Amino acid sequence: MTAEKVIKVKKLNKTFGKFIAVNNISFDVKKGEIFGFLGANGAGKTTAIKMLTGILSSTSGEATVAGYDINKQRNKLKENIGYMSQKFSLYEDLTLKENIRFYGGIYGLSNKQIKQKTNEVLERLNLQKIENTLISEIPLGWKQKIAFSVAIIHNPKIVFLDEPTSGVDPITRRQFWNLIYQATQDGITVFVTTHYMDEAEYCDRISMMVEGNIKAIGSVEQLLVKYKSKNMDEVFIKLARNNENI
Amino acid sequence: MRKILFIIQKEFKQIFRNKAMKPILFVMPFVQLAVLSYTADFTVKNINLFVQDMDNSVLSKELISKIAAFNNFNLKEISNSYKKGFYKIQQNNIDVIVSIPQNFSKNLQTNKKTEVAIIADAINGTKAGVSINYLQNIILDFTKEQASKKGFTNIKQGVNIIKRNWFNPLLNYKLFMVPGILVLLVTMIALFLSGMNIVREKEIGTIEQLNVTPIKKYQFIIGKLLPFLILGIFEFSIGLIIAVLWFKVPILGSITLIYLFTIVYLILILGIGMLISTITNTQQQALFLAWFFSVIFILMSGLFTPIESMPVWAQNITLFNPIRYYVEVIRLIMLKGSSFSSISNNFIIISFAAIFVNLLAVFNYQKTV
Repeated sequence: MTAEKVIKVKKLNKTFGKFIAVNNISFDVKKGEIFGFLGANGAGKTTAIKMLTGILSSTSGEATVAGYDINKQRNKLKENIGYMSQKFSLYEDLTLKENIRFYGGIYGLSNKQIKQKTNEVLERLNLQKIENTLISEIPLGWKQKIAFSVAIIHNPKIVFLDEPTSGVDPITRRQFWNLIYQATQDGITVFVTTHYMDEAEYCDRISMMVEGNIKAIGSVEQLLVKYKSKNMDEVFIKLARNNENI
Repeated sequence: MRKILFIIQKEFKQIFRNKAMKPILFVMPFVQLAVLSYTADFTVKNINLFVQDMDNSVLSKELISKIAAFNNFNLKEISNSYKKGFYKIQQNNIDVIVSIPQNFSKNLQTNKKTEVAIIADAINGTKAGVSINYLQNIILDFTKEQASKKGFTNIKQGVNIIKRNWFNPLLNYKLFMVPGILVLLVTMIALFLSGMNIVREKEIGTIEQLNVTPIKKYQFIIGKLLPFLILGIFEFSIGLIIAVLWFKVPILGSITLIYLFTIVYLILILGIGMLISTITNTQQQALFLAWFFSVIFILMSGLFTPIESMPVWAQNITLFNPIRYYVEVIRLIMLKGSSFSSISNNFIIISFAAIFVNLLAVFNYQKTV
């Protein structure tokens, strides 16, 4: 079974002056998988995501996302990806329905599609009662689920999640991951960064970034064996510490 | 195009949902128009006068009553002590001292040279200048009268100046100021609304989300600009109605021309606001920058002080001041009935500036770093 590769990254580099934020990283992400993109703060994760979502130019190297070049075919690329960050993407002064309508609209959905999608989202999240409530009055955990649903409103091939669950309780995180699984069942590839190592274990494959380099990549089982660890926490600490010694 | 409509719809919802916004849009400008139009009046009234009469004659009394009869003067005191008057000026109770010398009456009647001193408190230069001007006219008039009564013909006749104020025959300052103030309020609203807008999305972080969507830069800027253009025109229309119905400012020229110019002008101002929004990172920075520009624009607009009396270097700076052009144009069209040919220069300048600034704003709005 040779799965289609929806993200192909080859020797991708980003430097800011003399500082190397992302150093020659290469990896592939297969269609339909949940790819965990891990690393400590300042390891270069966000820079890499910005390049892959077409909002930051790369210094050198090549990458295609959903088949489009990250530097040359940005508009096509953006039509085919979704993005959600820990920073809030929903408008607090618009209602739940209005947010869905706005994002649907700027992704070019027709009025009919918007209506259909709105119903779908409200039903899936069971939020019909608060469809006309302002986002500012909705609790954080719900907002995150809504934000995720809005990020995939246009059925993208890939959705990028940048620390989507930071700041919410374990139960809400669980529910959030259920949404992610549902999305993969619809054929959406998920590219996710997280701080929570237990979440890393939900991923099909993981890459571990340390100071601009990808230090390890593989499935959770492969990494546990390779680094002789009991859990992902240990893998993470070993890799990070290893780097400190150098 | 459809994407732009979604942005416009969102902007309008956000504007009208903001509780502070309604008074800012629908009350503040009109309070400004009403209040400022009454206060920004350059005629000097209520000049407090002290007369030192050392002659104490029939003629000096006659002169005093002639001065006192002038509406803008309040004759506070007549005395023969100069010291007293000087003290009152120091106390800020008196603006001007008129000092009539001894032998005033005698000299006048024998056609000898006589001098009346006018001492004005020039802390307020405008008031002092205007008071002296008023008094000179009254005294000159008076001496002429006296001379002709006595049959003297060899007094200095000077040039008889006949004043006639065209286009504003009664020198009604409201006619002059209301269109100008209307310009100011439309400018402020447009500049501040647009200046604070994109930067707000930066502050709350939604800009990041918009940047990963396939909206093009120009779609984004147009979507942001159009709602404010519509609001600006709405504000202007209400202001114009108040100006015409309440302040009785005439519109001698073409209303279409006024609107045409206003639209181009608003696009320029909104572009400046967008530019401010794109180069700043917080609403606070944007606010200060918008203030910086609006203060300079307003004070150097020729609205409160004539551009002709500024130093040459400052006059050159006003060439970059959009308010200057708009104030000129709106006064010309409303009060003078000027047609397109007489404002075409300003129209071309503002149009080019609008195109330039908006292109700069689109260019400067970085969707990619």
